[in-house]
Amino acid sequence: MDFGGINPVILIATLMASAVPILLAALGETVVERAGVLNLGVEGMMVIGALGGFIVAVHSGSPLLGFLGGAVAGALLSLIFAALTQVFLANQVATGLALTLFGLGVSSLGGQGYNGIKPPATGQLLPDALAKLPVVGPIVFGHDWVVYFSIFMTAALWWVLKATRIGLIIRAVGESHEAAHALGYKVNRIRLMCIAFGGAMAGIGGAYLSLIRVPQWVDGITAGAGWIALAIVVFASWKPWRVLLGAWLFGGITVLQLNLQVAGSGIPVEYLSMAPYLITILVLVIMSAGRRGKANGAPASLGQNFHASR
Amino acid sequence: MTRPELLRVEGITKAYPGVVANSDVSFSIGEGEIHALLGENGAGKSTMVKMIYGLVRPDSGVMTLRGAGYAPSKPAEARRLGVAMVFQHFSLFEALNVAENVALGMESPPPMRELAARIRAVSEEYGLPLDPSRMVGDLSAGERQRVEIIRCLLQDPKLLIMDEPTSVLTPQEVEILFKTLRQLAREGTAILYISHKLEEIKGLCDEATILRRGKVVATCTPRERTAREMAELMVGQALKTPERRLAAKGEVALGVSDLSVESPIPFGTALKGISFTVAKGEVLGIAGVAGNGQDELLLALSGELKAAPDKVRVLSQPVGDLGPVERRRAGLVAAPEDRYGHAAAPDMSLVENAFLTAGVRKGLTKNGFVDWSGTRAFAEEIIAAYDVRTPGPDVAARALSGGNLQKFLMGRELMQGASVIVINQPTWGVDAAAAAQIRQSILDRAGEGAALVVISQDLDELLEVADSFAVLNEGRLTRPRPTEGLTMDEIGLMMGGAHGMEVAHHAG
Repeated sequence: MDFGGINPVILIATLMASAVPILLAALGETVVERAGVLNLGVEGMMVIGALGGFIVAVHSGSPLLGFLGGAVAGALLSLIFAALTQVFLANQVATGLALTLFGLGVSSLGGQGYNGIKPPATGQLLPDALAKLPVVGPIVFGHDWVVYFSIFMTAALWWVLKATRIGLIIRAVGESHEAAHALGYKVNRIRLMCIAFGGAMAGIGGAYLSLIRVPQWVDGITAGAGWIALAIVVFASWKPWRVLLGAWLFGGITVLQLNLQVAGSGIPVEYLSMAPYLITILVLVIMSAGRRGKANGAPASLGQNFHASR
Repeated sequence: MTRPELLRVEGITKAYPGVVANSDVSFSIGEGEIHALLGENGAGKSTMVKMIYGLVRPDSGVMTLRGAGYAPSKPAEARRLGVAMVFQHFSLFEALNVAENVALGMESPPPMRELAARIRAVSEEYGLPLDPSRMVGDLSAGERQRVEIIRCLLQDPKLLIMDEPTSVLTPQEVEILFKTLRQLAREGTAILYISHKLEEIKGLCDEATILRRGKVVATCTPRERTAREMAELMVGQALKTPERRLAAKGEVALGVSDLSVESPIPFGTALKGISFTVAKGEVLGIAGVAGNGQDELLLALSGELKAAPDKVRVLSQPVGDLGPVERRRAGLVAAPEDRYGHAAAPDMSLVENAFLTAGVRKGLTKNGFVDWSGTRAFAEEIIAAYDVRTPGPDVAARALSGGNLQKFLMGRELMQGASVIVINQPTWGVDAAAAAQIRQSILDRAGEGAALVVISQDLDELLEVADSFAVLNEGRLTRPRPTEGLTMDEIGLMMGGAHGMEVAHHAG
């Protein structure tokens, strides 16, 4: 059952995988922004995670260690941001932009000897018998573990932010750092940990690109995925399930437009290429429209540094 | 009546760079005692209670709680030892609901459902009804305070610290709060009550410690003293009551008719059909609990929010669609409440700040350039006339204390010779002597024929300066009435009563 040369089952299965980097990075950034920090360095953390993950995987031969390496690399880079903004109270927007430029530069330098190498492969998680089932096989059972991890993290973050004390404290810190401080919470320490978490998630997202999606090291491998992740967080109103929706929508249209290009539809390539960006933003804007102010969920202290004065 | 001693503070000293906040402060509180900590802004009350609550550590001195040494290093420790605090500002989260806000202030909160049930139970017991699932951003100021109080009560405190609790309440709400506090005291909870409102302290407190410039200047039993005596202890000098110079009411200088605007502030209140007029030489006082549209009204009058041209008229000229600069040119100046950021640019010098609003009316530009010597002269004129304590006009606005900056900002607007002056909270956070001076200059400007609109939450202040009186309630303005002959009861009813509060019906 193909439609104009496009098989919907394959399409859905592919979009779930292609959305993973953006989804993981956006989930991490959701936590960071919920804690009141605007880290625009997602792209930089992703690309460093992609390189770090690639190097570790190539040298150790283990893709799992590679993802761990990507997480550590992303978190380490984010700690530079954390130190600058939380300890030295530097401007978050400027520091975040610098982090992106720094990450792109460093990864380009560090990746010099790694062009053209193939990383160890990551296979599908479940046995072939399940993955070969019609329809549900490719969509539900045919993925590598990172895809399941990204969905699990969506659910986990939703639950943590909504129902646990940690989540409540994170939201409180992002909502009003003065009030949180007055109640005795260590605002900057909590934010620092959230930033490191966001860095680790972006790093895993980046490692997915270099280890599974592409899979090899290419300069500037992220190609703007970090920026899309940032946009999705905002338009998803800082809610994990909507982040998932946004990421899948973007991933889906990306895959669809590639398929359409291959199938040779009459639509010019330029329009197809811009479609994912346009449609994702349009849909999320419509979803978040009409609920201004309190309902759109922007953390009230977003982007503001906190310094405990008297 | 002697009570067993609960908290003893001895020789506490705390210095910040450049200022000694507390110097050798000693007092003690008995169990079940309502103890007032009285003093002007900047007298060191807040620093003192922050030390008791573990937010700040003293430089020297000791505290004992029930005879045992007490030196909390963080609020969590203070809470564990039975000390709870209701803050004046900054401790509620607008985007979280009541139960979540309460949970954040507790050490080990029970699961949400159980907590919600307990919030309901305690709020019923003390006559402070609250719905645990409501978003705090949607609550009135009085309801927000209940959230804070209940947050404290759930932890069964031995000592409850209340920092200026009544500044945001209607008179009826104050009565109910006092009943709750008396009930708590009867049950053995000591209350440390911080305020500078003397009548309240006379009615509520058993003992009072009066602070001035960080030192204890007197201890007294408030019931046995007059408010005036305590005020003079607090200020350290005799107080002058502002005098009213009678001016014949002139023609209408400011007219507002059926003004409705949406609020640009998150959780703000939209203005709904505001109409009033103010004549030359008249002071219109606008009361109301914070968050009922005061900020929006100021924005709409100053020109930051625009409306149809004829909704706002200055000297019969329609200005509704004009921005702040054009309105200043037309004769209307406005002083917003928020000193750091709205009324002043905190990092700019007083001279620069003087230029920012007075440039138009005082003609401080020449051929498009700033006339710095003229601006400096104007700033110095304000500093002299309003007794602003500052090393000079070139210091940053941020460096001035709140009261001093307020004096400067009031002077800046009042000295521009405008025919309509709108002020939000003229004496908020200003000490009594300076407040009296600001009120006097408001009356003087009215005497010279200006029309003034004073928005304030301090009813005594409004009754002192205003000729006519109106109340903002949920974005609606009551019909202005002459101030003379108004009783507190009538004012309370104009303010919407007690917002559904009921008196504690707990027996025992």
